[in-house]
Formats: sequence, structure tokens, C-alpha cells
Amino acid sequence: MSSNLTRRSVLRGTAVAVAGAALAVPAAAAVANSAAPAMDHSGHEGHEGHDGHSGHGPQPFDETYQGRHIVGQPAMGGHMAHHGGFAVTIDGKELHVMQNADGTWISVVNHYQTFADPLALTRAAVDKLRGAALVPIATA
Amino acid sequence: MAVRKNQATLTATEKRNFVSALLELKKSGRYDEFVRTHNEFIMSDSDTGDRVGHRSPSFLPWHRRFLIQFEQELQRVDSSVALPYWDWTADRTTTASIWGPDFLGGTGRSRDSQVTTGPFAYATGKWNINVSVDSRPYLQRELGSAVRQLPTRAEVDSVLAMTTYDMAPWNSASDGFRNNLEGWRGVNLHNRVHVWIGGQMATGVSPNDPVFWLHHCFIDKLWADWQRMHPTSPYLPGGNTADVVDLKDTMRPWNNVTPADMLDHTAHYTYDR
Repeated sequence: MSSNLTRRSVLRGTAVAVAGAALAVPAAAAVANSAAPAMDHSGHEGHEGHDGHSGHGPQPFDETYQGRHIVGQPAMGGHMAHHGGFAVTIDGKELHVMQNADGTWISVVNHYQTFADPLALTRAAVDKLRGAALVPIATA
Repeated sequence: MAVRKNQATLTATEKRNFVSALLELKKSGRYDEFVRTHNEFIMSDSDTGDRVGHRSPSFLPWHRRFLIQFEQELQRVDSSVALPYWDWTADRTTTASIWGPDFLGGTGRSRDSQVTTGPFAYATGKWNINVSVDSRPYLQRELGSAVRQLPTRAEVDSVLAMTTYDMAPWNSASDGFRNNLEGWRGVNLHNRVHVWIGGQMATGVSPNDPVFWLHHCFIDKLWADWQRMHPTSPYLPGGNTADVVDLKDTMRPWNNVTPADMLDHTAHYTYDR
């Protein structure tokens, strides 16, 4: 296993590369797809278009959903950039998101259920929060 | 030697002792350290980077070690206590006795998903949610809401029949026993149960709900059952795999225990069947 230091360097490199690709090709895909069914984890072959590694980053968004201001955009670096090169906020507070190998997405609020794209993921988080504010999670 | 029993078979005294030990760990602050550790791993384990606790071969030995450590903390409070397991293929309704007021309490109320029954209800003053992703200080559940059905015994058996422990690329895209049990592909066992419960159990801070331990205890038992069914199938990978815990690599955060050390659970506890 690599050390933490090595891991960080590797992840940062990946994230920067993905973010760059996302900027270069401003994503035609991901128009408000509904959440993937929780039980359907077979047949994800159709998600190449959402896969940051193939050069098509997820589509940025900035909207009001259920009274919450939700923003998703390519991450430009820093600690938000670790997982998939995409950063999401709800009312200005970071929602930790991560991309799976098959191109689907999860967040710290819905961590065991996959969603087709960050917008569907973020809307699901708003539904689950029922008005509560996200708080930063202390990590060692 | 601790014997881990099916939660449905616990006596009233055993339930009471288990709950009391949980409340004592919560009071001392020790409980929340387990929540924090779990969330740190869930946020940092990634398919394309270093992965230890989840979405990787070490999902099973990592949680086995995590549960042993937690069980030891419970036993420091009450040496008679062992972790029970929840067979969600059998006790699969929202009215099962596991959700009774004498044990884990029931689902959350419709207004805000707040659990209001049982020993972990917020109003008791004994179960505040301190390590959280949002501002709500109370335990939440939405049993059977986000996904209707818990896995069936037939679905479990279909995963137990898989002969290969894990496969490249050793992450959420893998085929094989580990990932089908974890639930990132196939019929979806472990992940689906988290989603079925809802509330904190669906989040990175899932150990905030005491049912986390009973769920993972059953996942651990299914690993033991699988080993018994496939005695010649080894833990994989065996060595030299980037970002992944090989058989004899040490696992964070302990750094002194390997998957090889965790293969035989009978050194630590046995199951009732």
C-alpha cells in the first residue's frame, strides 16, 4: 500500500486531469436524469458519457431546488477535487461527492445508493436534508 | 469466548445489557470515535485511489476488525455482552421485534424522520448525534422508504454460491463474492440494507445508528458461512496490488493487522450457528 502522502499526490494528479478534461469539453450529457434505482447495479454500460475518465465531465448546474441553492461545477483543486473532479454545494456548504468506477455518483448523504449524475445526487441530498444545513465533518 | 447470537433469540436481559453497554459507550465519548473513524474511511476510500474500508477486497476483514474492537469496548463495560446479528432475510418487516421499544426502537416519524421510540430516541437525552453530516442532532430512520424490500434468502444464497472472493479491478466494478455481497453490483445485499433503513444509516456516518453493528455482524457471518462453503477459495489479491490491501498488507487505521490475521474469526468469537 502507498503512504498517505503518495496517495494524496496521486489523487490530486488525477483530479486535476479530470477537471481539465471537463473544462475542455463542457459536457453534453446529464440533463436532469432521475436517480438510478437503488437495486439496479447491473448494466451500467450506458454511463460512459458521465465518466470523467472518458473526457466528458458532468454538466455544471446552479439552480434553486426545493428552496435550496444548489451548485455543481468542475473542481479547480484543493480538497474538493479528490473524487471525480466535481464539487457540489448546497446553500454554499460543501456536499462531499464521489464518482464510482461505472460513472455513477454517491454523496456523504446518500452513500450506499448510486445516482446517474451529480444533479440527481444533489437533489436527492436536498430531499433527505429536509431543510437541515450541511456541516463540515472533522477529519483527522 | 463470546458467542454472537441472532438478535431475534436474545432474552430480555441480554437485550437490556446490550443497550446499556451502548449507552455507556455513548456517554463516555468512545462511541462517537467509531462513527468518526468509519466516516473518514468512507470519504477517502475511492475506486481509483487508496481503498481500505469499502469498495475493495479488505471491506470484509476491515469491518471484522472494526467490529472486534467495538465489541471489546462493549465488553469493557459488561463482559457478558457480545454483538448480536440481524438476519434481515428473516426479520424483514418494519414491525419485527428488532424495532421494538425494548431494543432498537422503531422508524422515524413522518414529519422529520426522527426516531421517537426506544432507548435511542432523542428525547431520552442519551443519544445525541454529534458526528454528523448535517445540523440535525437526533437519530433518523425511514424504514422501507427509499427501497421497498430487504434482500431475500434466495438472493443471499445466490451470492454465497460465488466461488471467487474478489476480482480485478478490486473496487466497486468488480465481480465476485465480495462486491456482490457489498452490493455495488448484482442483487445488492449490504448497500441495500443501509438504504432500506434510511436516516443516518444511509450516510457516511452510519454507525450513529446502533443497527449498524447488527447489520455488519450479519455481513461478517455471511463471510464466515461463505468460507465454510468454499474452503479452498482464498482471500484475493495475494500481493503487489497498488492502492489495495493484499493478503499480508497491514490495514489502516490499526497498521498492525492484515487480512490474513482476520480470516479465522474463531480466535475472537463464534456464531450460534
